[in-house]
Amino acid sequence: MGSEAGEGGELERSMTGAALADANAIPRCPGPTSVSGALVSEMIRFLLMVNRQGQTRLSRYYSDVELRLRQSLEAEVVYRCLSRTKDQCSFVEYQDYKLVYRQYAGLFIVVGVTDDENELSIFEMIHNFVEVLDKYFSRVSELDIMFNLDRVHIILDEMIQNGNIVETNRSRILAPLSAIDKICDG
Amino acid sequence: MSDVVEKTLTALPSLLSLDSQTVATKLSSTSKLGALIRGITELRSKHEEEKLIQRELASLKDQVSSPHTSMRQMKEAMVRAIYCEMLGYEASFSYIHAIKLAQQGSILDKRVGYLAVCLFLKENHELLLLLVNTVLKDLQSTNLIEVCMALTVVSQMFPKDMIPAILPLVEEKLNHSKEIIRRKAVLALYKFYVMAPNQVQHIHNKFRKALCDKDPGVMFASLHIYLQMIKDNPEGYKDLTGSFVTILKQVVSGKLPMDFNYHTVPAPWLQIQLLRILSILGKNDKHSSEIMYEVLDESLKRAEINHNITYAILYECVKCIYTIYPNSDLHEKAAKCIGNFVISSKINLKYLGLKALTFVIQQDPKLALQHQMTIIECLDHPDILIKRETLELLFRITNAQNVTVIVEKMLEFLHQSKDDYTTIDLVGKVAEIAEKYAPENKWFIETMNTVFSLGGDMIQADIPNSFLKLLSEGFDNEEENKKLRLFAVDSYVSLLEGETRKLPQRFLQVIAWVLGEYSHLRTDLDPAKVMTLLSKLLDIRQISSETKTWVLMAMTKLCSGEASISKAQSVCEDYRSSSDTVLRQRAHELQLLSQDPALRGQLLPLHRGSETLEVDFSLSFLDAFVSEALAAGAAPYKPPHQRHEELAQEKALSLEPYELSLPINMSSYSVSGRQSPTLMSGSSGLSGDSTELSAKGSSATLKLEGVKRVWGKEGYLSKEDPVEEVAQVETLSPLSSPNQPPGAGRTLSNAAAPSETPEPQQEKLQLASSLFVGLSLQTSVCLMGQPEPTAQRFRRKAKTPNSSSSALPERVSVAPVPTSSVDNMLSHDPLEATSMLPEVTHETILPPNTEVNALLIDTANSSPSPSNGVEIPFETSENEIAKTPKHECPVRSLPPDLLGLPHTKITSLCSSQTLDVSACHVEKDDSVSLLIFTSNLSDSDMENIHFSFSTEQLQVSLSSERPLHEILKHSNAVCEYSLTVHAPAIHFQMVGTLSYESSSQSREMEFSYKLPLSSFIRPLVISTEQYGTHWLDFSNDTKQNLALVSEGQDPLTDTLNILKRKLGLHVVEVIGLEGIAACRLAQDQPCLLHCRVNAGTLAVWLRSPVPKLPDCLLYHCQRVLEET
Repeated sequence: MGSEAGEGGELERSMTGAALADANAIPRCPGPTSVSGALVSEMIRFLLMVNRQGQTRLSRYYSDVELRLRQSLEAEVVYRCLSRTKDQCSFVEYQDYKLVYRQYAGLFIVVGVTDDENELSIFEMIHNFVEVLDKYFSRVSELDIMFNLDRVHIILDEMIQNGNIVETNRSRILAPLSAIDKICDG
Repeated sequence: MSDVVEKTLTALPSLLSLDSQTVATKLSSTSKLGALIRGITELRSKHEEEKLIQRELASLKDQVSSPHTSMRQMKEAMVRAIYCEMLGYEASFSYIHAIKLAQQGSILDKRVGYLAVCLFLKENHELLLLLVNTVLKDLQSTNLIEVCMALTVVSQMFPKDMIPAILPLVEEKLNHSKEIIRRKAVLALYKFYVMAPNQVQHIHNKFRKALCDKDPGVMFASLHIYLQMIKDNPEGYKDLTGSFVTILKQVVSGKLPMDFNYHTVPAPWLQIQLLRILSILGKNDKHSSEIMYEVLDESLKRAEINHNITYAILYECVKCIYTIYPNSDLHEKAAKCIGNFVISSKINLKYLGLKALTFVIQQDPKLALQHQMTIIECLDHPDILIKRETLELLFRITNAQNVTVIVEKMLEFLHQSKDDYTTIDLVGKVAEIAEKYAPENKWFIETMNTVFSLGGDMIQADIPNSFLKLLSEGFDNEEENKKLRLFAVDSYVSLLEGETRKLPQRFLQVIAWVLGEYSHLRTDLDPAKVMTLLSKLLDIRQISSETKTWVLMAMTKLCSGEASISKAQSVCEDYRSSSDTVLRQRAHELQLLSQDPALRGQLLPLHRGSETLEVDFSLSFLDAFVSEALAAGAAPYKPPHQRHEELAQEKALSLEPYELSLPINMSSYSVSGRQSPTLMSGSSGLSGDSTELSAKGSSATLKLEGVKRVWGKEGYLSKEDPVEEVAQVETLSPLSSPNQPPGAGRTLSNAAAPSETPEPQQEKLQLASSLFVGLSLQTSVCLMGQPEPTAQRFRRKAKTPNSSSSALPERVSVAPVPTSSVDNMLSHDPLEATSMLPEVTHETILPPNTEVNALLIDTANSSPSPSNGVEIPFETSENEIAKTPKHECPVRSLPPDLLGLPHTKITSLCSSQTLDVSACHVEKDDSVSLLIFTSNLSDSDMENIHFSFSTEQLQVSLSSERPLHEILKHSNAVCEYSLTVHAPAIHFQMVGTLSYESSSQSREMEFSYKLPLSSFIRPLVISTEQYGTHWLDFSNDTKQNLALVSEGQDPLTDTLNILKRKLGLHVVEVIGLEGIAACRLAQDQPCLLHCRVNAGTLAVWLRSPVPKLPDCLLYHCQRVLEET
């Protein structure tokens, strides 16, 4: 008979109108995932590069977001950022986290962070990222990013891991990739 | 913002999008990737995209499965697959090829293979196992680039179980001559730490070495590990405070190489990371904080360069200053800094300033006064985020006097907001402060009406629940209760008379319940009228069947008098044959009960004040039913995890030890259940599922039909202590500057000459005075007259003294939900079903305790009380207490009846000139008792003493033998709390609040206490047979290799004896190279331990029905063994 008691919680939730709420449910990023008791402190949830038309040029997720939910999330994120004016601040609230965005001509770089993150430091991290790209591609453009998606990802991997900023020194960020390039060229 | 954009535009002109056609042509117009990218840039619609990608996926599939595809082509294919996934189309067929590419490709191909793996696979994907060998090989490669790649991938994802396979190799890399390898090795270890902290416990000293690495990059990397470890256990790393301070000092003063600078600021992100670490270390720790003051001051000074990144550092610095033990000088400087932010014309800075203000406002409410005009302006700011943050700030400074204005502002925002997330969040906040500070009944009911209408059906379930609970339980004043309920009834009757179509379901449910329960209070209201109003609801098309059941339930309560009964009958007709079983049952009940007033009166009595129902979780009242069913040949019940396990065992090779020692796999259920039902319920207490059930507590409430409120044991009592927060807002930190801050003087002059200010300004001033009233001790800001001390209106009746201690994460949903558990009993006759009810044990918990009322005393308007939350770290019994109490403690001794028991040293928790609180804990047979020694050092008596605790993992209850109400001047008192484990943890941190009245002022003190899990561990004496039986029942397990103690002849016995001595395990048996031991948490929450000597280490396997218990116990085992 324990089954009724054990599943009572389930039963109750479905009975108290959760079904109704579910119909309006919005895709959500899961909270910080707990692995073996330790709370993972991924401050950065994702980084997106999106153009003015709302097309994703690069996306990197540091928390589990299902593939099928990503598109709607990205669309929503772009909408939020595009609808901002210049006299509004570079941060937007989205669900339970904040979006930090920076616009470079037609390209938006949007970073989703948890609420306890320092938005301004992320804002500058984006710029640092762009400066690194600029150095590598010598004057980076949207097409550079598109044609070198793998390289941009490799650069990003050096800068952000598991949602943490792990390296900010420009020459060090580029070192591994430059080494690979050297071998491939020569 | 605009200047920033301009700057970036001039700096990076070439980002101007698609003008650099050269790149495109250079990168092969013939390649498939080039074609795909061109295709993507030319897309015009979603439909086109889908067509393009589907085509691409098909061609990819062909290509990757063809044996002729070269690695170079495969690399390109992977990039294309990355594109497809980026656009949201799954390319799972390529995952295995990504791994293959990482295995076989040459340098760049390999890197892309690794990259694709990281992008495609989730952390627990089974394919990751195939990567282990590749990583292993690359880690051993002589090519540094390959080593680098392998480390990069490992630090992002790696199968948890395979960590031991590569751990030695990664460790080795910590000594590598190249900084990049060392750095990446540290990052990999960070990942391991996050995934499995136990696995890297033995290399903590190597982390220290990394922290002291001569290369700043390696040191930076190690900070990630430290931040995480210090978050998990701040006490363990206090000795490093000095090192972190030194590092920060060096960074701030520019000792790093130039290439670490970002726009001339030295390693800003490194500084931020260090500040975060420092703030955790300095929290509640005066000694550590004092070490930091100088460098924080320096950081504030250095950050003079006008650049965003310096502001980011400043923000972190301010946060740190307000987190650690207060220093008035620093507070002043930080406050000034926040001030600069808030008034900045740069919108990003303004936002950050508001955020900082929100953060510090509870400690320093005066700061809000200084910036009140800015805050008012921000309330009307065009940027929604600024508005939102301002509301957040206001939420934190809400008190009984400004609640109406703040709620009004919040509702105003809610009316405009279209974002669901914001709505849910804000609605919850409005409900919270409305309940806490409501000035009058009418306002409260109306506010809640708005909350319910605006929140709609997305509203958190606990809002209606909490509201109904408040109505039904009421407060101390019966007259007030009645008034509030009457208001609610009146309000809802008039609502139902209007347009009801738009009302959310949740709101309708609330209305139905209130009307059913309380409309009889309005004697001039004809029940038939209410019945008619309710029955009209049933005709609305959008109404959910759940709401219908609420309505029918309400009608059942109401149907007296002929008109009502005939109405009821006609409703019954409609729903008696409804396809919804619950609804059908309600209809039957309504019909029967409307005809039998006597039974109705018995089942649904009118006045059920505050009686509490105890739910019988063991369902013992069903024993007869169960035994009957078993006798009739039904299969005995097995909990899901057991079923699952048995299923798994059938499939897989059995690796379980002791399978031979199980002569009969006897299930306690089948045997005892068949013979005696009472035995059955007794045994169910021992079996895994019910202990788990009580551990879950809150989520496992059972709905009983016809019952007004059903609570789990801890269920609703989780209501947070409202007083605590008030106190935080109101009390100034003792060290903050006693002088009036400069800003306050300004507002004073503003207030003094209101006639000179222009009209809109006047309005703002008016608003300011109503918003910031009650924040300051000087009433100078208050234009609306003296702030009147209003007591908190809705004082909840506390049910049990430990009500505030069991802070459960989730509140149990309230029971008026007319759901039936009777359905489950296969009974279709409503009468028979309802007659089951008296079987439920009705138990009234202690009557409202006078002592508890101390908790409810409104401290909002009392003068600042000397509250200092000094935390004295308390280490485990093995470690001596490091710190001596600040004040000389009066001599204390344990009560005589506890003297013989093992106990810890008495430590001081907090003290002031008038009061000293110390504590120790005593390990009793079945529980742990926390003894709190309170010494009243002052010249006046302490009254209404009350302790409240907030801890999620422990259950704290007052031992009835020693209740404590008052302490006469210059005397001591002891009170005893019994602690039981609610959810296992390695250490239990309790934060307690002592509230009391002295010289008729209410005061509060905060303290914290920490105790290890090992205090709760008791030996469990069982036989090997019993051990074997239970082993399979327990579903939570953990395995790890521990160090063997290798001094004596028999390492296994020696090791087990150490565990027995230090942790109190019961060693069940030792057979050859294997040994088994058992223990339990104070109640019947067993944990079994199996160990086997294997190649010089001890393979330990722990199992328990309690989640997390094996992990936590393992930690202690490891520590005990490491110490010897």
